[in-house]
Amino acid sequence: MSDDAWMGDGDWHPSAEIAMLRERARLLARVRAFFAERDVLEVETPVLGHGGSTDPHLASLSLEATTPGGRERLWLQTSPEFHMKRLLAAGSGPIFQLARSFRDGEAGRRHNLEFTMLEWYRPGVTLDELIAEGDALIRHVLSGDPGPLRRRRYRELFRDALDLDPFTAPLEALRARAETIGELSMRDADRDGCLDLLMSLVIEPELGRGGVDVVIDYPASQAALARKHRDPEDGMEVAARFEIYLAGLELANGYDELTDAAEQAVRFEADNRQRQALGKPHVDIDRHLLAALTAGMPSGSGVALGMDRLIQLALGKESVAEVMAFATPRC
Amino acid sequence: MATYSTNEFKGGLKVMLDGDPCSILENEFVKPGKGQAFSRVKLRNLITGRVWDRTFKSGESLEGADVLELDMEYLYSDGDMWHFMRTDGSFEQYAVDKKAIGDVEKWLKEQVVYTVTLWNDNAIAVSPPNFIELEVVETDPGLKGDTAQGGSKPATLSSGAVVRVPLFINEGEVLKVDTRKGEYVSRA
Repeated sequence: MSDDAWMGDGDWHPSAEIAMLRERARLLARVRAFFAERDVLEVETPVLGHGGSTDPHLASLSLEATTPGGRERLWLQTSPEFHMKRLLAAGSGPIFQLARSFRDGEAGRRHNLEFTMLEWYRPGVTLDELIAEGDALIRHVLSGDPGPLRRRRYRELFRDALDLDPFTAPLEALRARAETIGELSMRDADRDGCLDLLMSLVIEPELGRGGVDVVIDYPASQAALARKHRDPEDGMEVAARFEIYLAGLELANGYDELTDAAEQAVRFEADNRQRQALGKPHVDIDRHLLAALTAGMPSGSGVALGMDRLIQLALGKESVAEVMAFATPRC
Repeated sequence: MATYSTNEFKGGLKVMLDGDPCSILENEFVKPGKGQAFSRVKLRNLITGRVWDRTFKSGESLEGADVLELDMEYLYSDGDMWHFMRTDGSFEQYAVDKKAIGDVEKWLKEQVVYTVTLWNDNAIAVSPPNFIELEVVETDPGLKGDTAQGGSKPATLSSGAVVRVPLFINEGEVLKVDTRKGEYVSRA
């Protein structure tokens, strides 16, 4: 690039109009007021940590820094989860954060490499109570009425939309459907890979139309950092987590939080083995989190909400870039 | 030819799909709340012009297509082929067949510069400039004094295209036309 390549470069402009940034500030103030009213403490935790997210489907960014401990690899957090759980273990009580989070490679209308996550934790609160609070927060931020809150079971969504049982259908049947619908080869895909594709292409776009949809009772294999339990109705093992959808957009992801250090360590190691199998780089596991869980974290529920998406919906925009000062292509 | 991974897919990238060269129009990253990511990609097949929607697993790759878009001046037609010449000083000529010319035939004018798409050095598509100046060869006589009111009539242009023009336009006048919409813009 020549030295004067900056001349005539239109990309210095913000990706959001200034008026939208004013609206954004107003909505963030509403979020803070919502939690102040409910006595949930606002916290700020580091963007960098000694551990990263081992989730095989998240790509963590890392850097090398000179710290009091010498030259170290630090990880840009994909969400403030680990640090916030350490605060819970230290006795913080209910906390929330508007945290800058980073996920490598995520870009598009609904994604940006760095984004604002609204995350909150409620010791002693059930998943059902947290769903109600998440719904209340969304309604507090939106100006219009999004319609009723509806609980939708993962299994029933697949049965209704695809006539397929996501828990019991043979892998070959899942692959065949995924291939037909996505027009791609799913020969080597596992169950969750097929379910993820069908969820993304068929089910998600229809969710949150005419109401706020909360998807519950995910397959146990998709538990991430949630507890698992047997469904009392059909005996299937399910993950105690939920996702909230509005206007075809996934807004929030909540867990009945795993508090068992040994189980957490097993899941971290399993993630890294899966990463290796997929040819993805190893991620340093968060030993501080494991130590905190060993010391004891109170049971409870937590949820992470994509703040930029909620602002996008509240302001009637088509992309998260339109409500961010400088989306990644212009950063 | 290089291969491109889904995270390199962006508007304008030329790739091979099902044996045809395609131009990527849009790449939408999709991902359920937790789980595997996919790319929903819109591509234009450069041979047929048809737009395809395809899904790729994140990290999948496609082979690049040896596609070039070059400025070329239109020279003449010999009835079967249309002949163009590069404007880079090489004077290199390319013959374009009926299939590749397609609808653009009605916008052809000698000495005007078009964008010719080459795949493996064969012309597969031609696109006209957004605006072109063409002479009216046939239209109803103009109405005197009617320069402001609405109303329009068809006019045949020297290239063969027919566009709606205001009533005051006469045969022999040269007009500026928008080739994307096939619409009259102004007198040239």
